[in-house]
Order: sequence, then structure tokens, then C-alpha cells
Amino acid sequence: MKVDRRSFLSFILGGAAGTALSPLPWKLTDDLSIWTQNWPWTPVPEKGEISYVSSACTLCPGGCGILVKKSAERVIKIEGIKGHPINDGGLCILGLAGAQLLYGPTRIRTPLKRINGGWQKISWQDAIAEVVAKLMQLRVDGLAHKVACVAGSDRGTVPGLLNRFLTVYGSPNFIRTPSIWDSYELTLYLTQGTRSMAGFDIENADFILSFGSGLIEGWGSPGYMLRAKSMLCKKGGRMDQIESRLSKTAAKSDHWISIKPGTEGALALGLAHVIIKEGLYKREFVDGYTTGLSERYQRMIDGFPPEIVSRTTGVSTGTIVALARDFAGARRPLAICGQGQGHLPGELQEFLAVHTLNALVGNINQPGGIWAVPEPEYIDWPELEMDAVASEGFQQPRVDGAGSIQYPNARYLLSRLPAVINASQESPVELLFVSSANPVFSLQDTASVKKAFEKISMKVSFSSYMDETAAMADLVLPNHVFLERYEDIPAASGFPKPVIGLAKPVVQPLYNTRHVGDVIIQLAKELGHNIGAAFPWEDYATCLEETLGDKWDALVEEGYWVDNAFNGTDWANAFETDSAKFEFTNSEIMALADYAPLKPEGDETLYPLLLVPYDTMRITSEYVGSPPFLIKALEDTILKGNLGLVEVNPETAKALGLSDGQDAKLTTPKDSARVKVHFSNGIMPGIVAIPRGLGHTAYDKFLAGKGVDYNQLSSPAEDPASGHNAAWGIQAKLSKA
Amino acid sequence: MTTDQKANENSAAGAGPRPIPPSSGTEVSGNTGGGMVILFFMLGLIVSLIVGWVIFPQVLYSQKKQPVDFNHVLHNDEVEDGCESCHFFRDDGTFSGVPRLSQCVDCHEEVNGEDPEEEKFVNEYVAKDREVPWLIYSRQPSNVFFSHAAHVKMAQMDCVTCHGNIGETENLKVYEENRISGYSRDIWGKNIAGLKRNTWDRMKMDDCSECHQKENVNQNSVQTHKGGCFVCHH
Repeated sequence: MKVDRRSFLSFILGGAAGTALSPLPWKLTDDLSIWTQNWPWTPVPEKGEISYVSSACTLCPGGCGILVKKSAERVIKIEGIKGHPINDGGLCILGLAGAQLLYGPTRIRTPLKRINGGWQKISWQDAIAEVVAKLMQLRVDGLAHKVACVAGSDRGTVPGLLNRFLTVYGSPNFIRTPSIWDSYELTLYLTQGTRSMAGFDIENADFILSFGSGLIEGWGSPGYMLRAKSMLCKKGGRMDQIESRLSKTAAKSDHWISIKPGTEGALALGLAHVIIKEGLYKREFVDGYTTGLSERYQRMIDGFPPEIVSRTTGVSTGTIVALARDFAGARRPLAICGQGQGHLPGELQEFLAVHTLNALVGNINQPGGIWAVPEPEYIDWPELEMDAVASEGFQQPRVDGAGSIQYPNARYLLSRLPAVINASQESPVELLFVSSANPVFSLQDTASVKKAFEKISMKVSFSSYMDETAAMADLVLPNHVFLERYEDIPAASGFPKPVIGLAKPVVQPLYNTRHVGDVIIQLAKELGHNIGAAFPWEDYATCLEETLGDKWDALVEEGYWVDNAFNGTDWANAFETDSAKFEFTNSEIMALADYAPLKPEGDETLYPLLLVPYDTMRITSEYVGSPPFLIKALEDTILKGNLGLVEVNPETAKALGLSDGQDAKLTTPKDSARVKVHFSNGIMPGIVAIPRGLGHTAYDKFLAGKGVDYNQLSSPAEDPASGHNAAWGIQAKLSKA
Repeated sequence: MTTDQKANENSAAGAGPRPIPPSSGTEVSGNTGGGMVILFFMLGLIVSLIVGWVIFPQVLYSQKKQPVDFNHVLHNDEVEDGCESCHFFRDDGTFSGVPRLSQCVDCHEEVNGEDPEEEKFVNEYVAKDREVPWLIYSRQPSNVFFSHAAHVKMAQMDCVTCHGNIGETENLKVYEENRISGYSRDIWGKNIAGLKRNTWDRMKMDDCSECHQKENVNQNSVQTHKGGCFVCHH
């Protein structure tokens, strides 16, 4: 039998008819439609009992209370706790995206050791043995002071344990990462004599005068500041933003006063000049509770009349005079400073000038004012017994120079460390611990920072993520992430009341990680003798519970403890200076270098533009990298594809022959990078701006290689008054790519 | 040859039967064409019907055994509240579904009987504190919103109406997983044609709407009072 064309067609026809009469096509269509509506690779939360765990966010020093929603054991949502004293139900975008930091691909899952340039997984036992061997060797060699630690904070039990470990081991080199809070602490110390934290009663003020502070862009505790700014608006308060660029905070202010960048201190002195000259200051406070105003005026303020200030700052004389009168005339005026999110300490004299304004209007420790919030005192550990090696090592000068004759006021000067190491033949740091910090990324002049870190023979990172610093480390001892561990939060940045938060484990640790507190205790016990004896606790959890004492139960229950009765100390008892008054000036302030706007690095003829950084809530620039959700939420005026955008005034761009959206090359004395031009009328001609926090080389594919790293293009500049980094920009040029 | 002769020859060749080589099939079809066409049509029909009705369902579903067998009858005798003893509503009104290990541990901390399945359960899961990865016959696609409370508590429906007499089984049946969609065969129903005899034979959208229409259920969302897809889908 031969099959011809007609038979074949008949067969096909029969087959088609049979198929149509079978369930096959209908069932396949149905299954495919179900498949397309439920892509198997789209993550769907595990089904299970919904539960909530209240905890606290440790992703920034804001101290917000968080309510973590879980489905069975899976974290599915993080929201703010309603009624929490700091954030009252609100939460920033980073906090909301926190689950991605728990489950994301960038986590380090087990201790790692660098061998021949690659990573090798090692056991905890071996990792700790390696560190102990190095620590023992350094002590035997009499080099205990060559151990240093960089930590994100110096308050609370974890930084406390690190600091205690270094001290009893024999090193003075515990270093906190820099921020505006260094300058605020110093300002309060110099004028009021207290070791305290600056708190701002924003919600009860009626006029906020902000010298470039990104009040709604992550300055201070974002959870509190966003809420407080809303309260200010609701109550009809006024906010003026002094900033060279139309930031979101400037856009949401009543007045935006555009100023030449880096001259904010001059404007503050100019305002003080007008207030004093016109006798607008609050006599009750100034006459009764302060000293040194006339000396301060003679030494500094007199040299800043509105006409001169106008030339320096670019703000008109009329505006300066009107602003001074409005500020002094307000019922509860409050001046704040610290650029953007406040990651750079800035110029101490600028902080003193802004604080002088608050003192002139008597808004210190008053409703709607700046409050000196006492440092937390719950850590009361046994006195240390130092052996001879420890005593000798601890008495060595600090490697960063803080506290030396040259920098008597600074407590920590991390920004100086790379230069110190690079200037030495042999690195003054042999073993470096890094905890909750990413200095290789967050310090300026990345090339020299990397060069310095390469000179340190052993770097131990406690990072939970493969960040830039961990990527350069020799050993990584990964900490649990914030949803997996206990940790006390001793304060909230800029919050006006003493508050303690407690972060609790929401889920069991997912990987082979270990709490940094436990690692420190274990290291101490392995070293034994006086070092081991200084850590009498079995583990970190015991240490924390014992340390918090009678507050523990309330903290576990509520998640926070707040001193609601605190309303700032009254003027008669607030000041611990020699005169027991607020001191506009004294011998220590007189000894400081006078205010002068800091000149940015670079030759103006070669680099005619000024590059300034800006902060946005959607990019983190410190220890925790931006999780994917934040990068997804970035506007295309900041990042387009993998190219970062540079904000340029159309006038400047046209003079350079650049058009909107065009690729360009941004060059500074430090480095150059490819960028995209973004026309913005919100930036002065001659100035260009890029955000901080992009251009990562580490972390994961969601973050690495996106945009430009400002720190790579810029360099730190030392504030002559404090030694801290006060660089607010760098000379730059922009050319066609 | 004259032109006429040529013309005659041509016309003769055109009118008469062509000289066809014996091997050509046209001769066969020319003689028995209708029969073969029908035969092949029928052949195609039968093959595709067999493929569609018999082979396709076998290929479409993979057979999976539950990690541990479970005797509903035995457990039903031991508990007081029937199905709700283990498949209960949580305090917030959500339905617990398949029990978690913590519910079983009370009785099964150690091996109680001689059943090798229980031994496996205790050794593999209870001792190691691992949840049993039960295969759930009634799991709906994740874009379906279904509230047990609305049906069981408010409409007073019986478990059996949708889930059948699963409480009267002594073993767990084989879980047939759809290779394309990944869901259980029980959603479409055992019958590949989609026919059903009992309310619990299928769990497709049509089955939901059939009952909703018959019972004259409010077609709008309780929360938003709006109708449409998003009442039951998200």
C-alpha cells in the first residue's frame, strides 16, 4: 500500500478532527494561560501564619521602630511602628526595603579567607584562630598599638565591646566613622561644656533655618525628621533652605536661598552680625546665661557685615538683613547645619557660627530649639585591669592624630588615616578590624584609600555583605544582618530626647554567620589573662541583657525606652563650662583657626567648574549598600541605564557645547568618569552635581557598576579648626565624551 | 504528415487514455481513492483521539508520592473537632491549611506505633525539626484570592463540598503535578474532559462561579463594593 498525497492529507485532517474532539487543545490552552499568569520564577511569599515582630531598624543611626510582618518564617514586609516616639508609623525607603538585605544575593554566608587573591570558605574555629594568632604575635612583638578598629558608631554595646577589647589589648586606635555629629558634639562641648548629643525639636519650632541640611532627605533620623517637618508645616511654621542646589528639601521649603557652595558659615556669621548690631538677640538668655559675646563679636562676627558676606556668599544684602530680622523675630527659631544627610563633619567654625545664632535667639534647651541630649549611660561595665603590655600600647599616640596637640578637640579622625598610612614607610596599622563601616567606599579619594588599605597586613571585616572594604579584607567574619540579631540602639540622630531602641532577631540566622559581639567575646577569651577577664559574659546576649539591666524587660516588650519627661535642662543647670554659662567664646574656641571658607582642591584654570555632591533618600552612601528596590526607584535624572547623570545648568552646558542627555566626561584632579548631562535650572551656573553613593565596585549586580562614585573623583580637605574632613566639593571640568 | 494528420494525432492522444506507467499510484487511487481517503482519515482520527484522551493526560501529569503517607481515618478518630482539629482557623481569621510540624509534635515526639511511615515521619522530620514538604492537592494558583472564612464560617459550607471525602481516606493518593502549570491535577479534575459528577471533582474558576451564581452570591467585593476580576484575583 502506497501513501499518496491525498491519503496523507486525509490522515492529517482526521488527526485534526480527532484532536479537536479530544481535550488536548483546550487543556493545553488552559494550562498555558495559568502558566503565563503565574510565572514560576516570580517570587510568591510562602503561605503560612501571618505574624508581626516589633524590632528596631539599625540600617542607619535613625533608630526607627519597625514592625516586621512574617508569613510563617519568611519576612514579607517591614513597616514603621505606630506610636513609636521616633517615627510613629513612618519609615524611609531603605527601611521598607530591608527584607532585600536579609534575602539578597550580596550576603556573605560563611567565614572567608583570602588565599592567592581568591576566597576560601573556612570554619569559624579556624577564622578565630587566625585572628588570635596575629593578635598574640603583635603583643609579643610589642606592637599592640598597631591594632585598629573602624566602627560605624562608638555608642552602644557592640562598639563598646570593640573599644573595650582594643583598650584592654593595648591599642588606643578605636575609630568611629565621621559625620556631622562629630562637629555637633564638639560645638556643644566647646560652648556648653557638656559631652552630649545635639537634638532638634523641629516639630515645635516655628522657623527652621537650614544651612544645607537635607531635612527630608536623610539628615538626622529620617523617620523623625520627615514626621517633624510635616508637623512644622501643619502648624504653619516656616522653613528656609540655604543651599547652592535646588534639593528636594529646598523645593519643599518656604524660601530657597541659593548660595555659593562652601560659604554657609559666612552667611551664619553675617546673620549674627545683623542680629547683634540691631540688638535683636534675646536679652533674657544672652545677658543672664552667656559669656563672651563681645569678645566673639570682636574676634569674628565684626568682620562679617552684610555687604562683605553678600560678596562672599552671593546672597543679596537685603536678603541677609531680612533673614536675620525674620529669624530673630520668630518665636521659636532654630538654625541647623550639616550638608545633605550629614555624612561629612564640615567646618567646625561653621557649626559654631550656626550654634551662635541659636544662642542669640535663646533657643537652647527650649521647646522648638536645639537640645543637648545626654549621652546614654547604661553601659556600666567593670573597670578594666590592664597588664603592662596593654598600658604601654594604650599610651601610644592615636594613629589618626585625634587628641594630639595638633588636633586637641577631635575624638576620631578616620579621614586622616589613609594619608597617615601612605606617608609612612611601614604601615602604622598592622591589623585592622572593620565593623558596620565601609571606609574603602565612604572615604574620599578612593585610590589613596585603597593604597593605604593594601599596606595593612591583615584586615578583618565583620561585614554581612561583600562591600568594598570586605572585598579588600584578608578575613571576613560575617555578622548576622539586622533582622537576625539583638543589638541596642543607644540614641537616634538628632532626636531631642534620650531614647534607647532594641533590635531583636526576627528570623533565625539564615547562614553560617555569627554576631560580632560573640566573636569579640570569643577572641578575648582565647587571648585569656586580663583580656579574657575583661569579658565576663558567656555570650553577647547575656552581656546585652545584663548591661540593659532594669530596662531589658521594657525594651523586649516595647522595643524602645524613651525619657518622655526630658525637656532639655534649664539654663541655670545646663552649662558645664568654667563659667557655668553658655560661652560664645573661651580659650579653647579662641585657640581654633578662624573661619574662612575652605577652598576646594584643583586649579581653576584647568578645572573651571565646581563639582559638589548631593544626597538622596534613594541612595545610601555609608555601610549598608542600596538594596535593589532603591535602585529601581531612582529617577532617570540620577541614573539612566548604568550611566550616572551630572546636573548642569543649561547655561554652563551650552557654553561647553553640551546638550541635554549627551554623554560627557567629568574630570577632576583625582580621576575622571563618563557621565550623562542632565540640564537643571536648579543648579547655579559653573557648578555641577552628582549624587553620593553610586559607582559601587562591590556588592551585587544590582548595585555594582551603576553611576559614578563621587568619592573616587574627590579628595578630603582638612578643617584647620578640628582636623575633620570639611571638603564640600572639588574643581572639575566637563567635556564631550 | 499533413497538418490535418498531425491535428488528428494530437486530438486522438488527448481523447484517449494516457499511457501511464504501471508503477504510478494514480491508477490505484483512481480505482479505490474514496476508500483509502476514509481509511486514512479514520486512522488520523483514531490516533489523535488516543493521543488526546489517553497519552496526553499521562504525559501532562507527573506522578509524585507524598513525602510521608497519612491516615485521615485514624487521626479523625483521635480528635474531637473533626477537620477543624488540625485544619483550623487562626485567631486573625486566616485558615491554617496543612498542619505544620509543631501541631504534630505533641503526639509524635517519639514513634508511637509500628507503621513505617510514622517512623519515617518522626526520624526524618520531627527529629530534625524539618517541615514536611506536603504536596497540596487543592493549592490554587497564586493569583487567586480565596477566603476559607467567607465560605466555611459565613456561608456555612462543609469541607466536603470542595475537598470531597478526604477525611475518610486511609492513604494519601498519588499527587499528579501538571508539568506546564505546576499545579495539582485535582484543580482541573481527574476527568481530562473536565466533566464532573460531584461538587468536589474540580476546583476551576467555572466551578466557583457555578456555585456563586446558583447561590446568588453577591458578586461584588465586600470591602470595595466593586465587581470584576479583582474580587477573587490579585
